[in-house]
Amino acid sequence: MKYVPPGLPGSIVSVEPRYENFIGGKWLAPTHGKYRVDLAPATAGPITEVADSTPEDVELALDAAHAAKDAWGEASTTERAKVLNAIADAIEKNQDMLAVAESWENGKPVRETLAADIPLMVDHFRYFAAAARAEENRSTEIEKDLVAYHFREPLGVVGQIIPFNFPLLMAAWKLAPALAAGNCSVIKPASPTPWSILKLMETIEDVLPHGVINVVTGPGAEIGKALAANPRIAKVSFTGETVTGRLIMQYAAQNLIPSTVELGGKSPNIFFNDVMAHDDEFLDKAIEGLVLYAFNKGEVCTCPSRALIQADIYDEFMARCLARIASIRQGNPLDTDTQVGPQVSAQQIEKIASYVDIGRNEGAEVLIGGQRARVDGAEFADGYYYQPTVLKGDNKMRVFQEEIFGPVLAVTTFTDDADALAIANDTLYGLGAGVWTRDGTRAYKMGRGIKAGRVWTNCYHQYPAGASFGGYKISGIGRENHLMMLDHYSQTKNLLVSYSTKPLGLF
Amino acid sequence: MSEPIAAARITATLAAREAIRLLRAARGGPVMFVQSGGCCAGSTPMCFPVGEFLIGDIDVLLGEIDGCPFYIDRRLDQAWHQEQFLLDVAPGEPEDFSLPAGNDLHFVTLSPACILPGAARENVLSSSPEWNTP
Repeated sequence: MKYVPPGLPGSIVSVEPRYENFIGGKWLAPTHGKYRVDLAPATAGPITEVADSTPEDVELALDAAHAAKDAWGEASTTERAKVLNAIADAIEKNQDMLAVAESWENGKPVRETLAADIPLMVDHFRYFAAAARAEENRSTEIEKDLVAYHFREPLGVVGQIIPFNFPLLMAAWKLAPALAAGNCSVIKPASPTPWSILKLMETIEDVLPHGVINVVTGPGAEIGKALAANPRIAKVSFTGETVTGRLIMQYAAQNLIPSTVELGGKSPNIFFNDVMAHDDEFLDKAIEGLVLYAFNKGEVCTCPSRALIQADIYDEFMARCLARIASIRQGNPLDTDTQVGPQVSAQQIEKIASYVDIGRNEGAEVLIGGQRARVDGAEFADGYYYQPTVLKGDNKMRVFQEEIFGPVLAVTTFTDDADALAIANDTLYGLGAGVWTRDGTRAYKMGRGIKAGRVWTNCYHQYPAGASFGGYKISGIGRENHLMMLDHYSQTKNLLVSYSTKPLGLF
Repeated sequence: MSEPIAAARITATLAAREAIRLLRAARGGPVMFVQSGGCCAGSTPMCFPVGEFLIGDIDVLLGEIDGCPFYIDRRLDQAWHQEQFLLDVAPGEPEDFSLPAGNDLHFVTLSPACILPGAARENVLSSSPEWNTP
């Protein structure tokens, strides 16, 4: 099935010629009246215009959030959960519309947004609605007549900055726990993907108290700092690259506020020889597990971009994987048969091409792909398509060490468990990893040995709410996707209460 | 501001130097570059007003371009084992908090692999008398 692109007659996604910022429950024109064109990566053509905001607009959004924060923070968890559930219901009701909008703006195939991005958002809001209600404050009887009560209190207004690769899902990951914990948010979407979150706000504005979520679009250099360094936020949360991650932490240090940063990876995906012990469903799953490097065209912080394959199965296993890769369907992201869409921007595809050149020059062997892809349809002639690519080489090569953020897999071999672990950990990053084996003990030991925040074991790229997600090493600080986020978005208030009438006797 | 040193590991194309000149003029002061790694905008240099990003002992100064310092995290530098970096500009806006390199342009760093003979860029570079002048 092919969905009609947003804005065209017959599309399930309506497109206004221009979108304002969503502030205090209203659509507010940017203070300076400037707008920027938002492009569809499949065609390089315009979708719409969005606000090209300035720091004044960030201040307006902060005004609205501060005006809302007391009422929202004092609302019972029952009331807050009701709103989160209503958000989930509204998203679910508009699932196809949001999936198509997300797919068209980002380039990710609609089969992914229909099956993953949007349903995961829905579930995420429901998870945190439930978590907020089920959480209990703790009290401790320190002495018979001295009790420590611990209450979780909202931080207030938080600043959230999301990346382009999962514009809606990453918004949900950040918004749901922040709101569940009683905070209001000012959120900035990534410059290449500002629009889908505005479609989300259209979808949920009727169920959302004014000022609880405020969206400001625009360039990071202009409004990113205005938000992240603002003394009126109580926490900053960021997903992006390492240097801006450091800058965010620097701003947070200057304001003495907490920050969480999620910053990329170069995740190993390890295949032990026993995956080929039988030619069965599990082997099929493992092959798919390797090919998942092309999921979301490789624009995933946890992209399993380094495949480590035990040497004695390499030839046979890789041959089967390459056959699967060769059959990948690239094309119109709105065609449910399409498996890989265009990269998000011209910048990304240039970078990918340059890395593949770097790999070639370092002596990596191109097993498949290695150039821009031509796909069917004249309208996609200018789209940012790159062939799913596999480079065989050595873990010391740059294409094994640097995050390419595209459908490019670096593959190498290992001899035994110790060798696999050494190669897996020979990286600056520690976000994700995959381990594939039929041996449970080996899987456990590898999983515990790999220095990464998430080790998928006999699976990959699953992101259920309830499984914590975050980085070791330079992949970031903090976790998402788990009820522990309620702590990350809360202050702890301790009331230390004496029920004794006796003085201390010191004065 | 130290003089450009012979051992500078960063050089810039004419287009990058022109972008820096315009940025300096527009902002009334120099900018700084910090090479990034990882995630969406990873592997591109981030450009900030000079002093915006706190440099630490972990950072290595690769050199200066017209008074604008270029740094890389020592750990990235070791992992990348790339001796020479070439600063250039490319179409499209920058990501995250980086300043643009002009209208709808962003800064990029190229590696020697991209500028070896055979690359289309070589002519541009060799025709530029400034290419070897940090």
